[in-house]
Amino acid sequence: MKRFYGTELPNPLMLGTAQYPSPAILEQAFRTSGAGVATVSLRREGAEGAGAAFWKMIQELGVLILPNTAGCHTVKEAVTTAHMAREVFDTRWIKLELIGHTDSLQPDVFQLVEAAKVLTEDGFQVFPYTTEDLIVGERLLAAGCEVLMPWGAPIGSGRGLNNTYALRAMRAEFPEVPLVIDAGIGLPSHAAQAMELGYDAVLLNTAVARAGDPVAMACAMVRAIEAGRLAHEADPIEARDMAEASTPVIGKAFLA
Amino acid sequence: MYSVIGAGVAGLAVASELVSRGAAVQIFDPAGPPGPHGCSWWAGGMLAPWCEYENAEEPVLRLGREAIGWWQDRTTVARRGTLVVAGRRDLPDLRRFARRTEGFREVDAELANLEPDLHGFSKGLYFENEAHLSPRKALADLHAGLQARGVAFHAGEAPEGLQNAIDCRGLSARGALPDLRGVKGEMLVIRCPDVTLSRPVRLLHPRIPLYIVPRGNGVYMLGATMIESEDRRRITARSMLELLSAAYALNPAFGEAEVLEIGVDLRPAFPDNLPRIRRIGGRIYANGLYRHGYLLAPALAKGVADLALNNIHSEMVDEDRD
Repeated sequence: MKRFYGTELPNPLMLGTAQYPSPAILEQAFRTSGAGVATVSLRREGAEGAGAAFWKMIQELGVLILPNTAGCHTVKEAVTTAHMAREVFDTRWIKLELIGHTDSLQPDVFQLVEAAKVLTEDGFQVFPYTTEDLIVGERLLAAGCEVLMPWGAPIGSGRGLNNTYALRAMRAEFPEVPLVIDAGIGLPSHAAQAMELGYDAVLLNTAVARAGDPVAMACAMVRAIEAGRLAHEADPIEARDMAEASTPVIGKAFLA
Repeated sequence: MYSVIGAGVAGLAVASELVSRGAAVQIFDPAGPPGPHGCSWWAGGMLAPWCEYENAEEPVLRLGREAIGWWQDRTTVARRGTLVVAGRRDLPDLRRFARRTEGFREVDAELANLEPDLHGFSKGLYFENEAHLSPRKALADLHAGLQARGVAFHAGEAPEGLQNAIDCRGLSARGALPDLRGVKGEMLVIRCPDVTLSRPVRLLHPRIPLYIVPRGNGVYMLGATMIESEDRRRITARSMLELLSAAYALNPAFGEAEVLEIGVDLRPAFPDNLPRIRRIGGRIYANGLYRHGYLLAPALAKGVADLALNNIHSEMVDEDRD
């Protein structure tokens, strides 16, 4: 398993912490599923420790914490939020999210590269939420990122992997870089597909938090991710157009 | 003599239930009678157990159903149902809401008869059995009703060592209830006589359950955000934008509304967002009504009365020790 800035993930599910029916259900979803990383947003909860009670609960989950800059639209906002996150959670990790489009929540990749550079120079370890664009990926790596997190589909849309061709190309282009599918996952089959493509982890939130039974869905995701990872490592067969019988058909006494 | 500490919706409901069962009660609240210092002042006042069940645990539906009758004995309750709508691009959310709830019927053409001033919505869910009340009138009616039955209100701290104390202080009791947290809510009161809505309308939104509750005379309550923050000082621009955009989406004439009030406060909540009754060292704590102050206060009050008067442990009691 690839390491994320030197850290091995206990489990390749990175699970968001927003929108659960209650903190108790959030906690149960983590404990029961064994998700390895909790992503947490700081921006809406406000500065000056106002979200402290909730953040303390997240810290007590005992999983790795990946704070994010969700809801930021400019480099300046993102950098400020990242600094706040480092103080609150005492971690250099930051999921860098810079929204460029209101309806699709598509990342603004130009500002993303700029912010990644600023934060890396500040000593952060940046997990950039990006598109499947290879050149942007290269620029992010050049800016100091050691992980890339392309979207599967727009945030919260639950559409799965919209562009498997490009995601496969990205995997092939950056074989040594830890790659995470971030956003757009709706079903365990989507998460499994991401891992079958050779991705190293999956980040999701809405698909679990807004499911009728978030705890069951978190478990389903973890199992699908494990299945996809095993399948990838097992070197799956190639798809073909015609049947290939698994037992010989020539030489049988009777041919149907 | 039972001493209820705190004159918000929890304290007044507990006092009212105790008095109705024949107990003698006095009430302490350093802030005096119900007012803007308590979060129940800023509530929506929806008695909407079926809608709330979309994102809440089962007791909210079951216990919440008892609320309408309890309140009808004590204040004015409008039984006009709830209407749930979604914008065209959020129709999947409406289907999901329908799947997760019960006690509604789908309406399309009928929508225009139910609420002629809702524009641009083709589908909705009508929860006919739900109701709403005016929180401030409900608090005033409870207060007046208790006074009429001889309950003394003390505008001051409860004295130390009080016997039979029932602590309904909300978030102020967190020193004794370490798993209690505050969940920030922001709301607006607007006046817009150009728009007539006769029942609470919920607009499904990917992040916030937005609703508008008619208060009469063209006044509407617009709520409410749910933020895991304990900053109760001010509303944020983003929240204000989201609340007003929701009103504008329901009817663009809301753009001309006057903003009468901005409310910000913290809902007291336990980790599963369900209320609790605890008896610790002789004092009963009743707390954690979260966003269900008016919906679950009657059940909380009954649970407290069962424990205090009859030593019956209802399902809300999770701790009883010296």
